[in-house]
Amino acid sequence: MKVPRISPVFVLLVFFAFPALVHATRIGDVTDLDWSEQTFRFLSLRDAAVRNAVLGSVFMGISCGLFGGYVVARRLALFGDTLSHAVLPGVALGFLWSRTKDPVAIFVGATVAGLLGTVVVAWIRKTTRVKEDSALGLVLSGFYAVGICILTVIQEMEFGNQSGIDKFLFGQAAALSSADVGLMGAVAMGALMMVTLLNKELLVTSFDEGFAGSVGVPVEFMRYVLLVGLTFAVVSSLQAVGVVLVSALLITPAATAYLLTDRMGTLLLLSALFGIAGGLLGSYGSFLGNNLPTGPFMVLACTSFFVVAFFGGPKHGLISKWLRRRNRVRQVSFENTMKAAYQVLESGDFSKESVTVGALADRRRTSVAEARREADDLVKAGFASMVCSDNAGSLYSQDARLSLTPAGWERACQIVRNHRLWELYLTNEACYAADHVHEDAEKIEHVLGEKVVRHLERILKDPRRDPHGSAIPSLEDIERGAGLSTNPSSATGYFRQN
Amino acid sequence: MREEFFPPFDYGSVFVNPWLSDFESTFQVVLMGFFVCLACGVIGNFVVARRLALVGDAISHSLLPGIAIAFVFTSSRSLPAMLIGAAVAGVLTTVLIELIHRKSRVKPDAAIGIVFTTLFAIGVVIISIWLDNVHLDADCVLYGEIGLVPLRESFILGVASLGPSPIATMGAVALLDIVLVIVFYRVLLVTSFDVGLARSLGMPVNAAHYGLMIALALTIVAAFEAVGVVLVVAMLIFPAVTVGFFFERLPVLLIGVPPLSLAYSFGGFHLAKWLDCSIAGAMVVIAGALFVVAWLLGPKGGLFWQWSLSSSFQGDRKSITEVGS
Repeated sequence: MKVPRISPVFVLLVFFAFPALVHATRIGDVTDLDWSEQTFRFLSLRDAAVRNAVLGSVFMGISCGLFGGYVVARRLALFGDTLSHAVLPGVALGFLWSRTKDPVAIFVGATVAGLLGTVVVAWIRKTTRVKEDSALGLVLSGFYAVGICILTVIQEMEFGNQSGIDKFLFGQAAALSSADVGLMGAVAMGALMMVTLLNKELLVTSFDEGFAGSVGVPVEFMRYVLLVGLTFAVVSSLQAVGVVLVSALLITPAATAYLLTDRMGTLLLLSALFGIAGGLLGSYGSFLGNNLPTGPFMVLACTSFFVVAFFGGPKHGLISKWLRRRNRVRQVSFENTMKAAYQVLESGDFSKESVTVGALADRRRTSVAEARREADDLVKAGFASMVCSDNAGSLYSQDARLSLTPAGWERACQIVRNHRLWELYLTNEACYAADHVHEDAEKIEHVLGEKVVRHLERILKDPRRDPHGSAIPSLEDIERGAGLSTNPSSATGYFRQN
Repeated sequence: MREEFFPPFDYGSVFVNPWLSDFESTFQVVLMGFFVCLACGVIGNFVVARRLALVGDAISHSLLPGIAIAFVFTSSRSLPAMLIGAAVAGVLTTVLIELIHRKSRVKPDAAIGIVFTTLFAIGVVIISIWLDNVHLDADCVLYGEIGLVPLRESFILGVASLGPSPIATMGAVALLDIVLVIVFYRVLLVTSFDVGLARSLGMPVNAAHYGLMIALALTIVAAFEAVGVVLVVAMLIFPAVTVGFFFERLPVLLIGVPPLSLAYSFGGFHLAKWLDCSIAGAMVVIAGALFVVAWLLGPKGGLFWQWSLSSSFQGDRKSITEVGS
């Protein structure tokens, strides 16, 4: 047992020692490293640029993930897209003003531009008949065009060439400076504080503004808080994912979390985690590909989480939904067969313990082969057993006999009881005609729970007969189970007392 | 290398010289811009009326992987290959958005956001891994290279040269859009404004929708290399909304598209000449400026008219209350 304990340490040692060999080469200059060496370099965090990229991705994941939760809950996804495009002129102007890639100037410029964009959208909506989607599109493309114009001018200028302003279009996490990362950290901390301090207010306004207003939450104020926070999150993430794709970091992690949980707190947590993981995977992928733009890789990583959750989510995933539906179909088919068996037994006044497959087929209105298959399924599920008759060959003919096990008998009684109780409820309490209630009861018999059944029995004063005169199986019948063949006449209870 | 942001404005070098010394390339760029605006503006009127503006944005982004893959396979800018790629990508976009929003509880707006960003990211990755600096620049995707259009090979039809092939293609697409709109005018009009009425008249509502989407995709693909994926949205929305401040009837809105297109391409070209910036960007800046002017002064819902109406109404109310007291 000693070897496995040592080997991880050894691997880790190699892991951390190895990057020293390639440490001298600068990021971006390296072209001939294979992917495993690049992986070592990335995971060991020896390079300052890698450290910045990793920290930046984490902070970006936190702020975008948290605000994204509210974006998805409030259906602001396309607004987030508009906001992310509208900050471009601010980025360019901040850059023009500071003449370097000064994070503070760019942050201020981008925030102002983003907020101006939101104000213009609101203003267009308020003063004109232009529809919301057109208003968003106008601001998105108009602001973006101004940004592109300034950007192309800057690229002509002396300081613009080697500045890396083009990194703002598709993102480059490896180009983050420690000042950038500091800013992103501040925004992430702010987002965390906002979510914890204003948790209740944000939650209520996100789902029911009217109610929020009535209980004294400042709805307008919360909307502005969210808007400003969202702008901060977008602006601080720009350099890592780029202007064009930052909206994906808002939408996709939150939508993934939305597929996995119903609670806002869990959603925010998961969304931030997916954002972090997507950011890390994305910057790793771009690092492997010799510093390709990070934005697209982050988006693809986030989308791959979404695809996994979309198909494999435990509650809302496509596969689990499909499995649940298949189980339900199977269950309903079992229950219908058991009900038919009960009815066949009932038609013989419970004088026999088993039913023939032929009688079952008659009752279910199917072929003998089909009834035989259903009977076999029941046997497999433990609800019934096949009884061997004298003639061995008849096990596969319509004379083969099926008898319910105690579990099967109980379920059959429950289904028949549910059916007949519901028919009685519809005729007596909901004033349906007696010949209109069967279809409805056919559906609901499979889903009525014990609690509802007790309630129905109370309302109907413990009935004994359904509207068609058949006896409703009572709890005693169910509990009697296998013992009924000894006293068949008393199996169906007693008459109604009214 | 330039020092200042705004170069000194020189009327001669901005407005006169391009038309005297570089007439051919100037004319070709302006013509290309005009065709782009014309095609987009005609289709855009229906896009805006159907509230599909952001769907247009999503589609323009998600066509990128189709175009990029067509590039990888044919290693040329052959239009048929790009069209096939874009058509596949366009259909995929629609199908994926429907799938996500039908089969899960994700809302349609988030579904649009997820699908188009993902497809766009795939396109950018393909371009930056296989195509960068060879045929297609990742930045060009974002704002187009309309200034390079005159340098492209000529389109030869029979014996006559029809100018650089992007211009010939764009012109053909613009013409096709106009002809389609004229031929199917009634169907497009009714299905855009009253789906119920269109159904009761037996009009093919779904066919009209998909036909419009295909025309939109075709227009975006043709305009793609000139103006990029984001600015094409502006070309779709701005003309319809701007004319909407002056007129309300759809035929007039459509007739307003050519003059506006001329203004966009002409103004954009000269603005870009002055500032030395992206021509496509400058065209949209002109479009934005004209929109703001229309927003302020337009007689149908312009801010100035609203203000004068409300102030005269308040004056009336004041006089009424004075009389009452």
